Amino acid sequence: MKQSKIGAWIAFAVGTIYFLVPLIATFEFSLRMKRGEYSFEAYRVVLTDPNFQASFSYSAALALATIVVSTLLVVPTAYWIRLKLPKLRPFVEFVTLLPLVIPAIVIVFGYLRMYNSSSFLPFTSSARATDVLLTFGYVTLALPYFYRAVDTGLGAVDVRTLTEAAESLGASWGTILFNVILPNVRSAVLSGAFLTFAIVIGEFTMASLLNRPAFGPYLQLVGANRAYEPSALAIIAFFVTWACMGLLQIFGQGRRGSSPATR
Amino acid sequence: MATETDVQPIAVAPRSWSASKSFAWLGVTPFVLFSLLFLILPTLLLMVGAFQDAEGHFTLQNIAGLADPTILSAYWISIQVSTASALLGALIGFFLAYAVVLGGLPHWLRPTLMTFSGVASNFAGVPLAFAFLATLGRLGLVTVLLRQFVGFNIYSTGFNLLSFWGLALTYLYFQIPLMVLIITPALDGLKREWREASAILGASGFAYWRYVALPVLWPSLLGTTLLLFANSFGAIATAYALTGSSLNIITILLYAQIRGDVLHNQNLGYALALGMILITGLSNAAYIVLRSRSERWLR
Repeated sequence: MKQSKIGAWIAFAVGTIYFLVPLIATFEFSLRMKRGEYSFEAYRVVLTDPNFQASFSYSAALALATIVVSTLLVVPTAYWIRLKLPKLRPFVEFVTLLPLVIPAIVIVFGYLRMYNSSSFLPFTSSARATDVLLTFGYVTLALPYFYRAVDTGLGAVDVRTLTEAAESLGASWGTILFNVILPNVRSAVLSGAFLTFAIVIGEFTMASLLNRPAFGPYLQLVGANRAYEPSALAIIAFFVTWACMGLLQIFGQGRRGSSPATR
Repeated sequence: MATETDVQPIAVAPRSWSASKSFAWLGVTPFVLFSLLFLILPTLLLMVGAFQDAEGHFTLQNIAGLADPTILSAYWISIQVSTASALLGALIGFFLAYAVVLGGLPHWLRPTLMTFSGVASNFAGVPLAFAFLATLGRLGLVTVLLRQFVGFNIYSTGFNLLSFWGLALTYLYFQIPLMVLIITPALDGLKREWREASAILGASGFAYWRYVALPVLWPSLLGTTLLLFANSFGAIATAYALTGSSLNIITILLYAQIRGDVLHNQNLGYALALGMILITGLSNAAYIVLRSRSERWLR
């Protein structure tokens, strides 16, 4: 027993070193902007950069749009599958898992081919339309996590009884969805939402290939041209991720996924 | 009372089966439309494009074109980086999970590790590349400290962060936590009774692992390793921010192709994407099969 405990401690120590050293190093590096002293100069430069503010708020707005569209798309679908079409369940689950199989770069490549300016839906012809396409792209990337979170949440409430009770009281479908079902899966939707925010805020591939001024491409640009600001940005990004996951822990019920999407 | 147009499912008037069925189908129309337009059709269109020439005639030329040395080596390096980071990530992640679940460490370490894994597995993309440049880049903290205090220059050993092993090492930052998150429930599924029963029957620790634990765990272990493989195979942001276009991996090649048609053949680009889908698709399919096998034990 004693020996296995030593092994366990060693494993834990190695893991801790591997995960903490890059964070410490990045933080230390981000303080080095002024010669000969530690300062938060890099953070000041980054946070007051108008491009940082613009791209961060752009990505935050996209993330919120993604969360709204995902909720409107996924909650009624998952509810309907559970209530009326249980036979379709395997099919819908398969579709929601596809974004984990098809890399984001391939999906966006398909968009560029399908929605170019000469197609039947020329999404890429104007900036506003491209924003819509990018939002839908992010809804697609978030689909595996969002759907699973909502579906698990629905499994915990008695959908059929709730629906019948609401119907017998004369509720319309809209009322049932918004006033009965949605409040019951609020925590599931929130946990899906925080994960989606974490995925979208730093997403690089789709935004870059659709040429939108999002936070991910901005990060890449700073990284290619500056010395100390990138590490300040990395620390900020880490804390944003940490905040999202922390809120997820508080609101979600422990189920979480990981997002290949941001890679 | 219910009329012909009344579409309440518990309407009293009997309606024909097909009418209520078609109404039920209406409920999933938005989802079906969305997934067709933004997931399935764009991908299918690429797959079809891989078998067409510029005029739209059927051809196998693009698939044959994948045998180009540049493209083949890009696939090969991608497969190697993904394999290395998946195998190492699975191994280290397994030991970490084992340490907190069964290793007899203090109980508060487990939720700490889980929370951190949730964060680290999502801390990827461009910021992750910055973190590793600040750590192991030529001016990184670890590089500088080792040179100053130990007199050891890691860059003189041939190590380079912007190379194969540098990228694999960076990918481990999200691969290990992902393994921890997925394998922990499987380790929880190892019932204490099995260990006790085997001990009573005189089995050593080694025999218990060889004949009980590993046979139960291997589908999870292999399946998760495949998931990690697919996870890093499709990754681009980290690699691009870390190495620019100096490392020829398949996602960076595809990115350059989409950006500026570096292959000078749009349809060859589609074939490139098709090859990626095949590789990630196969490893994910195997993961799903293995996961369903492992779930038999984890009830």
